[in-house]
Amino acid sequence: MSTVSRSAAVRTARKPRPSGGRRGERRMAALLLSPTLLVLALVVGYPVLAGLRESLYARGNGLDADGFVVQGDKFVGLDNYTSIFHGDRADAFWNAFTNTTFFTVTTVALETVIGVGMALIMHQAFRGRAVVRASILVPWAIPTAISGLLWRWIFQADGAANAVLGHQVLWTADGFAAKIAVVIAEVWKTSPFIGLLVLAGLQMVPREVHEAAKVDGASALQRFGYVTLPLIKPALLVAVLFRMLDVLRMFDLPAVLVGVNQKSVETLTMLAWFEATNLRYGSAAAYATILFGYIALIAYLFVKLLGADIIGEARRSAKGAKR
Amino acid sequence: MKRALSYLGLAAVAVYCLAPFYWMVASALRRPQDQFDNSPVPSPVSTENFRAVFGGHNGFGRALLNSVIVAGTTTVLTLVVGVFTAYALARLEFRFKNAVLGLVIATTMFPGVSQLVPLLKLFTDIGWINTYQAMVVPSLGFALPLSVWLLTAFFRQLPFELEQAAMVDGCTRGQAFRKIIVPLAAPGVFTTAILTFIAAWNEFLIALSMVNRKEMQTATVAISKFTGVSGFDQPFGTQMAAGAVVTVPLIAVVLVFQRRIVAGLTAGGVK
Repeated sequence: MSTVSRSAAVRTARKPRPSGGRRGERRMAALLLSPTLLVLALVVGYPVLAGLRESLYARGNGLDADGFVVQGDKFVGLDNYTSIFHGDRADAFWNAFTNTTFFTVTTVALETVIGVGMALIMHQAFRGRAVVRASILVPWAIPTAISGLLWRWIFQADGAANAVLGHQVLWTADGFAAKIAVVIAEVWKTSPFIGLLVLAGLQMVPREVHEAAKVDGASALQRFGYVTLPLIKPALLVAVLFRMLDVLRMFDLPAVLVGVNQKSVETLTMLAWFEATNLRYGSAAAYATILFGYIALIAYLFVKLLGADIIGEARRSAKGAKR
Repeated sequence: MKRALSYLGLAAVAVYCLAPFYWMVASALRRPQDQFDNSPVPSPVSTENFRAVFGGHNGFGRALLNSVIVAGTTTVLTLVVGVFTAYALARLEFRFKNAVLGLVIATTMFPGVSQLVPLLKLFTDIGWINTYQAMVVPSLGFALPLSVWLLTAFFRQLPFELEQAAMVDGCTRGQAFRKIIVPLAAPGVFTTAILTFIAAWNEFLIALSMVNRKEMQTATVAISKFTGVSGFDQPFGTQMAAGAVVTVPLIAVVLVFQRRIVAGLTAGGVK
């Protein structure tokens, strides 16, 4: 932040009327910020609020001659929410909830371990780092839906995965193997991304710190645990937080890899999407609201417990890159 | 010894990242009748799958065009709006600055489906189903926070002393912005454009839900809905070829601008 404070000092020195300049700056800021805030209010704020309202209504019985819904939504209070937790639908909900949580925990944990491993390998490398860093961007650049298809093809009954394993596994049929298939595909696509971020963090750790620890007799494992890890922790936490937010709303990958409406891999987003495409908007909105609450809770806990500083991280990385 | 181990590690990382992608290209280059052949190199090599992709009934050329229009429009709109906001956030001093940045980031927390339901209803009412704007407008919701976040990170690194100097030399604030800051900021804006374009290009949920006419489908949706011509239940060969067509240009761009993209990803820390 040295830039801003220095230029602020320059400004106060040059300008005889600092208060007038500040007011102008504030008006300017408001002017520049308003388009973004307006767009976000329209495309995110409005739908989210309308969705909340929608979740309290049920579709009326009125259909017109063509079978289209006519304005006849009925206020039903919290019925859309309570009915989610009753009977068969409760099973579907808890199944989707468990799947979503399972995917989040397993993929984020694996991604972090594999990503950190990749970063350490690349950091140790003498030559060829550039080539590998280029190849690491390939899984990231493939659209998720396409990678879903690719893995569906690999996981066919007579596909490459079974040929490599030498063992027949029905990956995309309903069951635990389907979950594993989704986890593998997701980890493949996103762990290079974590590797990239961690590598950038590693490159900012001064070599002297490592040497000092080495001289003091720390083993390689100790150096990683007590020197490297604390120094890359801020960057890693933010990466993990964003990954978690992303997996919690997973849709494309299980939908393409295994299919929609499959118990084994159905996530909360898929459940809400299924309701919406069947025109049950009220209950779709209720699912979406519950999912949002879950995501917000996880994000809050993560930031509170582990102290991931998202905005501060942007400040720090900007400063670090300047150095 | 250590050196050999290091190369082995690098090779493992490269194989991990590239093997599935290689399999996509290899499968695409097989003849349809060799589809289930698991040999590592396709022989004989055939472009039949690629010809099938652009063959009549898939309408894939149109789908590619749709993707370019939707992702391109989203990118341009986001940048036009986002550049000003990011400039204000990086450069100006005002109260609630962190609150505004926090708010912008918080909007990325909303899952896509929570926007989907009301927008689906709204767009049905105003007749926007099967239009480009029905895909572009919701995409702004995730693309705008992403680009504001990236641009702010880039703009914070700019030497704003130069702008001060230009203003001392008699430039107005607008001139200083246009003549000093814009050229310096161009690389960051360009990187943000690539990352935003890729994010918009990859969008699936909205594009799948807002469109039910084949001519309006984006490439990712179209590929996932390919139907086979022949007896296979799913035309994997054609799908892999189409996947390669969609992915290879993207990968080429990513590799050419590798350095910038890595800088953008690590500055933003977002997908």
